[in-house]
Amino acid sequence: MKNIDRYKKVFSTVFEVEEKALNSDFKVGNADNWDSITQLALVSDLEDEFDIMIDAEDIIDFKSYEDGKQIMKKYEIEIL
Amino acid sequence: MNAERLLENKVCLVTGCNKGIGKAIVKKFAQQGAIVFAIARSENSLDELCKELSARYSTQVISLYFDITDHQKCKEAIIKIKKEFRTLDILVNNAGKVSYEILGMVNFTELREMFEVNVVASINLMQLASKLMMRQNSGSIINISSLVGEKGTKGQLGYSATKGAVIALTKSASKDLAKYNIRVNTLAPGMIETERFQKIMEENFQDKVKDIGFGRLGQASEVADACVFLGSDSSGYITGQVIGIDGSLKI
Repeated sequence: MKNIDRYKKVFSTVFEVEEKALNSDFKVGNADNWDSITQLALVSDLEDEFDIMIDAEDIIDFKSYEDGKQIMKKYEIEIL
Repeated sequence: MNAERLLENKVCLVTGCNKGIGKAIVKKFAQQGAIVFAIARSENSLDELCKELSARYSTQVISLYFDITDHQKCKEAIIKIKKEFRTLDILVNNAGKVSYEILGMVNFTELREMFEVNVVASINLMQLASKLMMRQNSGSIINISSLVGEKGTKGQLGYSATKGAVIALTKSASKDLAKYNIRVNTLAPGMIETERFQKIMEENFQDKVKDIGFGRLGQASEVADACVFLGSDSSGYITGQVIGIDGSLKI
């Protein structure tokens, strides 16, 4: 499975949305249940999926579907 | 025999294991069947102890050497535990610095260093450890505070401030983590007969034993016993608590 598909699958599971809903508008404020709890759950599932550990500063900055792609790049995961 | 051990196969991380209370905790944990990651700063200082305890108690006691104020090293330790065991059951934030000064004589460089070790490093490790614990929906975090953090004492303003902070952060973390079934408690030892304390005692507090109701100093192993209890399932409904281990010391 491509990284982008794995990335989308985690989002879709955590936020309980269809993958087609995931776009550049999917962020804090727009996504219905995006709060600090789901943000932690999202990061935790991404860590498991990609076998990484995300720093606290990056967890705090993980505020959108697109931001996440840039953050993942810091951990040498290209979301393509 | 193993079925009766209180921490059988629980994966634990303990800081400040080179001597005193930390060393006693590692011994007791191993005795109770725990798999222990023991952290110290001095390279190779725990090698012999780990080997001996692993063999004697048929478990794994693994040494890791780094300064806990190095957040990257802490993260690497957690990743190592995750990769090797997939789980972390108990964190003991034991490592600490101590200083003695009255108001008016506070050395701020020392004070900041003490906060880095006693408070900031503990928060960082709690944050990292709880990420693993959340996944398994269980865990026990034990922070070592001090009676002076609760009561205050003359001549230890900085140290008591850090230990008071440990009590406060324990209580708050217990609330944050309750929904993940992660327990967070703190021990508040009084005067414990460690090498470090004995030296200080001889120099400054020889008459203080009379302030202890039990009439004797506490033993590091007695603090470790309380850690075993808080780490085990016997304390499954206890969180956010400060447990004094002071033999009725009055300060």
